[in-house]
Amino acid sequence: MSIQREMINIYIGGELFQVPEGHTIMMAFEYSGFQLKRGVGCREGYCGACATVYREKGDYKLKGGLACQTVVTDGMTIAMIPFVPAEKPVYDLNELTPDVGTFTQLFPSVFRCVSCNTCTKACPQDIQVMDYVQALIRGDIAKAADLSFDCIRCGLCALRCPAEIVQYNAGILARRLYGKYLSKNSPELEIRLKEIEEGKYDKEIDELKKMPGDKLSEKYYSREINIS
Amino acid sequence: MYPEYMMESIKKVEQTRPKRLELAKKFGKKVFPGMSEQEREDILNNYHPDYKDDALRELRIGPNKGDKIINEVVDIMESYPRDYPEIFDLNKVDFETDVLIIGAGSAGLSAAIEASNADADVLLITKLRLGDSNSMMAQGGIQAADQSDDTPVLHYLDVIGGGHFDNKPELVEALVMDAPPSIKWLEDLGVMFDKNPDGSMMVKSGGGTCRNRMHSTRDYTGAGICRVLRDEVYNHPDKIKYIEYTAATELILDDKGQCAGAIIYHLESKQYSIVKAKTVIIATGGFGRLHIRNFETTNHYGATADGLVIGYRAGANLLYMDSVQYHPTGAVFPEQIVGFLCTEKIRGLGAQPVNSEGELFVYPLEPRDIEASAFIRECENDLGVTTPSGLKGIWLDTPLIEELSGEGTIEKNLPAMLRQYHRFDIDIREYPMLVYPTLHYQNGGLEINAASETSISGLFVAGESSGGVHGRNRLMGNSQLDIIVFGRRAGKNAAAKVKKGVQLGKLSLEHVEKYIKEVDSIGVDKKRIAPIVLPDYIPDHVKAKQLSSEFQGTLF
Repeated sequence: MSIQREMINIYIGGELFQVPEGHTIMMAFEYSGFQLKRGVGCREGYCGACATVYREKGDYKLKGGLACQTVVTDGMTIAMIPFVPAEKPVYDLNELTPDVGTFTQLFPSVFRCVSCNTCTKACPQDIQVMDYVQALIRGDIAKAADLSFDCIRCGLCALRCPAEIVQYNAGILARRLYGKYLSKNSPELEIRLKEIEEGKYDKEIDELKKMPGDKLSEKYYSREINIS
Repeated sequence: MYPEYMMESIKKVEQTRPKRLELAKKFGKKVFPGMSEQEREDILNNYHPDYKDDALRELRIGPNKGDKIINEVVDIMESYPRDYPEIFDLNKVDFETDVLIIGAGSAGLSAAIEASNADADVLLITKLRLGDSNSMMAQGGIQAADQSDDTPVLHYLDVIGGGHFDNKPELVEALVMDAPPSIKWLEDLGVMFDKNPDGSMMVKSGGGTCRNRMHSTRDYTGAGICRVLRDEVYNHPDKIKYIEYTAATELILDDKGQCAGAIIYHLESKQYSIVKAKTVIIATGGFGRLHIRNFETTNHYGATADGLVIGYRAGANLLYMDSVQYHPTGAVFPEQIVGFLCTEKIRGLGAQPVNSEGELFVYPLEPRDIEASAFIRECENDLGVTTPSGLKGIWLDTPLIEELSGEGTIEKNLPAMLRQYHRFDIDIREYPMLVYPTLHYQNGGLEINAASETSISGLFVAGESSGGVHGRNRLMGNSQLDIIVFGRRAGKNAAAKVKKGVQLGKLSLEHVEKYIKEVDSIGVDKKRIAPIVLPDYIPDHVKAKQLSSEFQGTLF
């Protein structure tokens, strides 16, 4: 029982196409005959490949969104962003320190933030982008890492920023610094690594590798399940 | 929002929720008895899509000739190349490298980092962008036995039992023993694992695990890892060259049968180039976009199994291509996100699967094939809910999570999931999700050994395109682990091989010529070509006007 749909008008790059209502922008492109190469990736809102700028009927505002997550509306005018040619500094994480100095050196543009909040408004992930830029300015790497966590690197923030900041590249550096230097080591992991190195499990694993199928099956089905 | 008739079924779910909550409080995860070996076998035989009579057919050519494998895979194996060998002049080499890596998900990226660390020159190609992959999309977790009540031995048992004892033991050993060191490696690269304030890992259970060993980076685990690896690759421009929007359409061998490079094709400029490489790593991922048995898929746009095709043509053999993993919980409503993965972590957090009558009908954390079969059983027995577009599903009762673990649990642990549904006006804290099994993972692939190498000297495979690690069914959190473990192994071993000295002979595409003759001999349509490179979602009435669209997959 497939449903009959109303057709609506959309303008892809200014050209009129008729597509079924309820389609996402990405589905609407494909319905119109475009086989996508750029501007398409996971199709589930995780990869950031499909940053798109659009304007809705009767509105003057240019809005940003992900093509795979935004539903077309009648009269929508759409342009997909094929690529964001933003700068990405090259660094060796081992030589960096998790502090504000790293950012003054690698991302001086961060300190030009004028707190206009345009980046936050542009973010399709609802990230408080300006807040994490401000956290970086204060040298609060942990806060920046936390706030920028859901970034999918679509580039819409950098495209709209009047201060020419490449927020998403600064964000991943903050998260990597946090992961490597600021979060505490797991004591259990350290112990296990040592045990593995010392060969503690080698004999038992070796026995399992050689175990006949019926014995192995018996062992599997009788193993104690202890989960919470 | 759900239409009214679906809300009626949701009311039944709400009515049984207090009782199910009580059950969960009393018995933890064991709210329903787990299936015995016999029950598992029965439900698979009766309901799993792989076990349907017409799921498999005999492959008529190549190293696995005579094997019965998945129909859609036979189609791409029994196919012609995109281009005929005689048009290429192999004396004109465009790129030369120590290690050519095909595919830039987490397996390819890990391989690139390790190979460059071992001082090898790397050429990394991907048909979309660096990091565009299934790796980036994984949500729930990565397994590693690093807790005090857990051991690699227990992890081994879970992996091999979940895989129906078909896994290659040496690969399972590599997977579980390399797991804790891989977590350490990732953390040193700056991956932000979910931790308690004292630094201990926050770990959860997954389907088929006997301990809590699922590590996560919120519900962006794949992205949390993959974007760090990508950033690291960007930081080695001297050792790792990469080319995007470029697919490998054929492997090149030398006259001694060693792998010696690939023909690569730039999707936009439509130019072919010849890469001469001392070693090649296939890390192209799986086959979700083949839409096996017309299932929707959770997979990335690029998941068209290109690596399987070119590896098989070059003589590498396949393992377990008779099995497909359907993830139990793919979204079926709203229709814009049909096929969308609803992470297993949701059940890990305590959400229960219930049918249209609000009844719990299965242990929520059976291995994926068993759980998926149980969902299909409910729907085939009229205990599913039908969507306005005609799909069927069962409920995943997410509001239970908050009742069990307190308000805010979903926002904290499942931010991606909450956001996705919120975009379509459904608040999963208040209403359950409607789900049905969705095509998720290629359990088998090109056979490798513990060094991640195939039977062809110099040809390595890592990640979903490889076969043997997971047997016939992979557990949650073991693919994120697989891509790191075997990506690293492939990168290190390829670099080591180069260091020991690889002498390449005359480059050759003779294997492709031979393959074409085999395809000729079985008589298939000349228009059936592979690798497909990209799927095609253009509707028929539009395709009818596109003169090049008679070809399967990517338009010429």
